[in-house]
Amino acid sequence: MNRREKEQYLRDYGILKAKGKPFFPYAVTKDGAMACVVLAVIITMSLVLGAGQGPKPNPTTTSYVPRPDWYFFFLFELLRVVKPDSLTQLATIGIPTLGMIALFLLPFYDRSPERRPEHRPIAMVTFVVVVGAMALLTYQGAHAGDPTTISLPTPQRIVKAGGATLAEYEAGKAVVAQSGCLACHKIGENGNGGPGPNLTRVATRLPAGAIARTLVNPTAPMPSFRNLPPNKFKAAVAFLNQLK
Amino acid sequence: MPRLPTPKLPAALQGPPPRPGEENGNVAPADAAKEAGITVVDWVDERTSLSGAARWLMFRKIPKGTNWYYTLGSATLFAFLSQAVTGVFLAMYYRPDAGGGAYESIRHITDQVFLGQFVRGMHLWGASVMVVLVFLHMARTFLFGAYKYPRELNWVIGVVLLILTLVMALTGYLLPFDQRAYWATVVANNITATGPLIGPYLGDFLRAGPEFGATTLSRFYSIHMLVVPGLIAALIGAHLYLVTKLGTTAPPWQKVETRPELNEAEV
Repeated sequence: MNRREKEQYLRDYGILKAKGKPFFPYAVTKDGAMACVVLAVIITMSLVLGAGQGPKPNPTTTSYVPRPDWYFFFLFELLRVVKPDSLTQLATIGIPTLGMIALFLLPFYDRSPERRPEHRPIAMVTFVVVVGAMALLTYQGAHAGDPTTISLPTPQRIVKAGGATLAEYEAGKAVVAQSGCLACHKIGENGNGGPGPNLTRVATRLPAGAIARTLVNPTAPMPSFRNLPPNKFKAAVAFLNQLK
Repeated sequence: MPRLPTPKLPAALQGPPPRPGEENGNVAPADAAKEAGITVVDWVDERTSLSGAARWLMFRKIPKGTNWYYTLGSATLFAFLSQAVTGVFLAMYYRPDAGGGAYESIRHITDQVFLGQFVRGMHLWGASVMVVLVFLHMARTFLFGAYKYPRELNWVIGVVLLILTLVMALTGYLLPFDQRAYWATVVANNITATGPLIGPYLGDFLRAGPEFGATTLSRFYSIHMLVVPGLIAALIGAHLYLVTKLGTTAPPWQKVETRPELNEAEV
């Protein structure tokens, strides 16, 4: 904005202000009504949704996949969407920091005097894209796979084999889902992409024996699963051996 | 013998004339009360000159076209006040003790304290309401171009307030100290520590020691209930000062009708 535009704005604003109404009581009434609405919403949410409390924290657990509060879902999902390890820092620190800097400096790089939305196409497109991306990421973050279930469909060949094979596959799926593997591994749509490798097709890389040996004697930081009951261990190996 | 009338006392020796309402010497109680109130206000105003500030704040004009979207800022302020009040009551019962005390005190608030769950629910959901209102207020400011000259500084203060609100949300998430709170904060802390340059130091500072635990909780508690609320309150003061000084914007499509007699060409 150059000096002429600044003076033009101040003059126009002065005219609009002179024609306005006093803050008290006109704006105060509206603000008060809005405050009542806010209070009513908070009270209703408190009464309807309550305030629960989860189990006590267990610092030694390896199977718990933490989730943030809903308004951080978009950052949480961003971390899940950005796959390569080299870019993880970009998702966790880079993008939020850049976003904040962009917000901070907004009045300094957008210096045009135009205020009507229909005459600010770049600003409006940016607004729609950013809000849309945040809404989409929030939605996906909210519906991200439950950390203790595996939604992989049972393959046709297992269903056909039926009987003991099918039962062992399903039992193994439950064991793997509940043993915390998904905290570090991805299986199909579920679990985290790291630090462990993706297990969706692990059986194409490792034979059953190698899978079992890895479970008993893993590379750190993966914990050993040698203490699983033998039947659960066998089922888990059988399930993982079918992932191809 | 006729006497000369007594001359009137000179003005300097006369008492003050009766004030309105006390012609016959006794004052009606209602008037006395009104008088007392005015005296107190006068006394304070004589020493502070606050009446000018109050008039400046309350009787300023808001421009033509101001609509309901302009209540989002004060609604955010109100949500903050609600958080402050409910937070004070929660702090009366909360113990920032990672060895089980924090968890038990939250259980005590939820299950035993009179209206405890209600107040905790208000604080918990009030946080979500406040975050939503902050974003809506910011969207309104952006769409109406209200961050432009001369209100750039107020936008910058607003962005700082947004960040501080998110810091409140993040630090408050740990305080119930259940499984969810614990692990989400461990992750948030680890992410902070991966940041470039100051990241590791910031992570160490928040964790307050080699292990995530007792000292971390008390540190988060002090940040959540002393440091950040103080900063937010101070910055809201600055934000409101600038709003009052510069005036709220008119909607961008509000037509300005200039008086023709002021048109330069015609003068």
